[in-house]
Amino acid sequence: MFTDELGQGGNAAGGPDSSAGHHHGAGGSMVQLITPGGERVSHPQYDAWVREVTDEQLASLYEDMVVIRRIDTEATALQRQGELGLWPPMLGQEASQIGSARSLRDDDFVFSSYRENGVAYCRGVDLADILTVWRGNASSGWDPYTVNMATPQIIIGAQTLHATGYAMGIQNDGADSVAITYFGDGATSEGDVNEAMVFAASFQSPVVFFCQNNHWAISEPVRLQSHIRIADRAAGFGIPSVQVDGNDVLAVMAATREAIERARHGGGPTFIEAVTYRMGPHTTADDPTRYRDANELEDWAAKDPIARVKGLLERKGLLTEQLEARVAAKADAVAREMRAGCINMPDPEPMDIFKNVYSTPNSWLDRQEDHYSRYLASFGDPAGANSEEGAR
Amino acid sequence: MTQMTFARAINSGLRKSLENDPKVILMGEDIGTLGGVFRVTDGLQKDFGKHRVVDTPLAESAIMGTAVGLAYRGYRPVVEIQFDGFIYPAFDQIVSQVAKIHYRTQGAVKMPITVRVPFGGGIGSPEHHSESPEAYFTHTSGLRVVSPSTPQDAHTMIQQAIALDDPVLYFEPKRRYHDKGEVDESIEPGAALSMEKARVVIEGTDVTLVAYGPLVKTAKDAALAAADEGVSIEVIDLRSLAPVDFATLEASVRKTGRLVITHEAGQSGGLGAEVAASITERCFYHLEAAPVRVTGFDIPYPYSKVEMHHLPGLDRILDGVDRALGRPNSLSGLEG
Repeated sequence: MFTDELGQGGNAAGGPDSSAGHHHGAGGSMVQLITPGGERVSHPQYDAWVREVTDEQLASLYEDMVVIRRIDTEATALQRQGELGLWPPMLGQEASQIGSARSLRDDDFVFSSYRENGVAYCRGVDLADILTVWRGNASSGWDPYTVNMATPQIIIGAQTLHATGYAMGIQNDGADSVAITYFGDGATSEGDVNEAMVFAASFQSPVVFFCQNNHWAISEPVRLQSHIRIADRAAGFGIPSVQVDGNDVLAVMAATREAIERARHGGGPTFIEAVTYRMGPHTTADDPTRYRDANELEDWAAKDPIARVKGLLERKGLLTEQLEARVAAKADAVAREMRAGCINMPDPEPMDIFKNVYSTPNSWLDRQEDHYSRYLASFGDPAGANSEEGAR
Repeated sequence: MTQMTFARAINSGLRKSLENDPKVILMGEDIGTLGGVFRVTDGLQKDFGKHRVVDTPLAESAIMGTAVGLAYRGYRPVVEIQFDGFIYPAFDQIVSQVAKIHYRTQGAVKMPITVRVPFGGGIGSPEHHSESPEAYFTHTSGLRVVSPSTPQDAHTMIQQAIALDDPVLYFEPKRRYHDKGEVDESIEPGAALSMEKARVVIEGTDVTLVAYGPLVKTAKDAALAAADEGVSIEVIDLRSLAPVDFATLEASVRKTGRLVITHEAGQSGGLGAEVAASITERCFYHLEAAPVRVTGFDIPYPYSKVEMHHLPGLDRILDGVDRALGRPNSLSGLEG
């Protein structure tokens, strides 16, 4: 068609570690603070945002990334074992999720898609609650107000408007919290994402648009979504933007902190494009070998976000046996807890399907609920589950 | 009691909601300085400020989607869709988000959003300005759909809709915006007839005639004309389209034994079908004849010089009443 390798600016040409010279957009070069080899490189603008990150905090970011990768592989295993119906892996996107989510305050509010399970971990979502929707035990898993994170959005891009509206509410309340919304490169083609940017810019709302450009929307490559760097689109809406190496946890953190501070202090929205890569399938039902070159995966494996921060810790002499043991123990514990939470999750009751459709009584639904409970009761077993008919 | 137009009565109801609850926020295109293309929000931005009455960019999905975010934050957004035919870009946010968030969060997040939609024809507009999309929304679980037919109901039902914790589609019959009626502004919305209840507008004994929104007036006119011919029609104003107050309809049909329902929307899959089926289920042994629908046709809304052929008028409704009564009518002699 009309797209080509150069259509995506620097991304398609070389990925995160390609040089600044590839970029033709208004946004300048991609921010990178750690090279794929684990070397800390300085950046005139963004160093300041992570200057006070201590060695201990750096180790903690590493731990977070290892833990969420373990969450991901454990959930994938649970799906393969038949405990989950489906799972959307985040493999490869750990730095984007940890670097951004660890920049948030408790009173900030997250509106994400379905792949931000690492963000949910950072918000303190109960591990089993992350799985309820994928196990089929609920439409979605938790009370958003207990962790200030909406439950995962399946409709592509719809959540960007919710974040923008929430941010308008923050403005009306005179508060200094912010809303952040996560979405992928495919979502940037949706009307809702573009409309959200129009509203956010018009009202100068405190919202951060965090795009994880993981290069693939199921089988569609990013060059099919955009002929320019995604970050450069924001300029058309009057929104400042930055393209950041999404496999570099410090760079992501720096960019997110900058955006959040801007929003908190009345500076309005920011668009962040975190250039990363979905190393696994779209979901466990997907087969990326049908559309993706194995060499591409190999190239990106060399930019692995966890190996990169590990390399930096090593260079700094921080990668001790104790640290490795601590991180491994934490990952094991989290995986155990999540697996137990999954397997021990109580099954929903048949009559639960009628709950919470409305918050006030509805005569149509009340009648249907009444009739169905009579139907179930006709088997002499209120739940109906043990009868031949109920199991049919 | 004050004489006021239908549009003014909504304006007065919105004003009371804005005064009573600081979390109520109005959003839409042109609703601020202009006061809306129908002037329903006239003067409200001036009195409540730009943060309570928000002129938005021209983007229906965004108006609805940001209302969702505001509801997350504890606000009670009242959204104006400028015309019925412009609601479709917001359809996804309404049916996939607004309608479902309470369910998907297991009751944790409430969506007290009111969507005001000027709907229906009869005002000589160009295409996309005269549609009756209510059935799309009555079919969606999680939504409530209402349509007032009098200035008094317009005044109280808008306040009831805003106060309700569930999302409400509030369909305003735009060809009645300039009709005047008595409005008692002192009635507290909680003390007025619930918007979920249907109302018997005219009592009768021979046929139950069900209408809502713009056709309630037409149905009343038909009943008055029929009375001259000795036919007693009971006219019922549905008021709530989802859920329909079937108890009131049942009581009426058990008395009259005959049912006619009329609406401007196309027939197939419309609200008339739901009413006919449900009443047949509930009152089969009380019915003397099959329920009759007098509706718009299954066509795109036609150009204005012929729109009156599409819209059910007094005579077409009376023809339907004749069918229900087994009297000579336009379809006499036709089998099936």
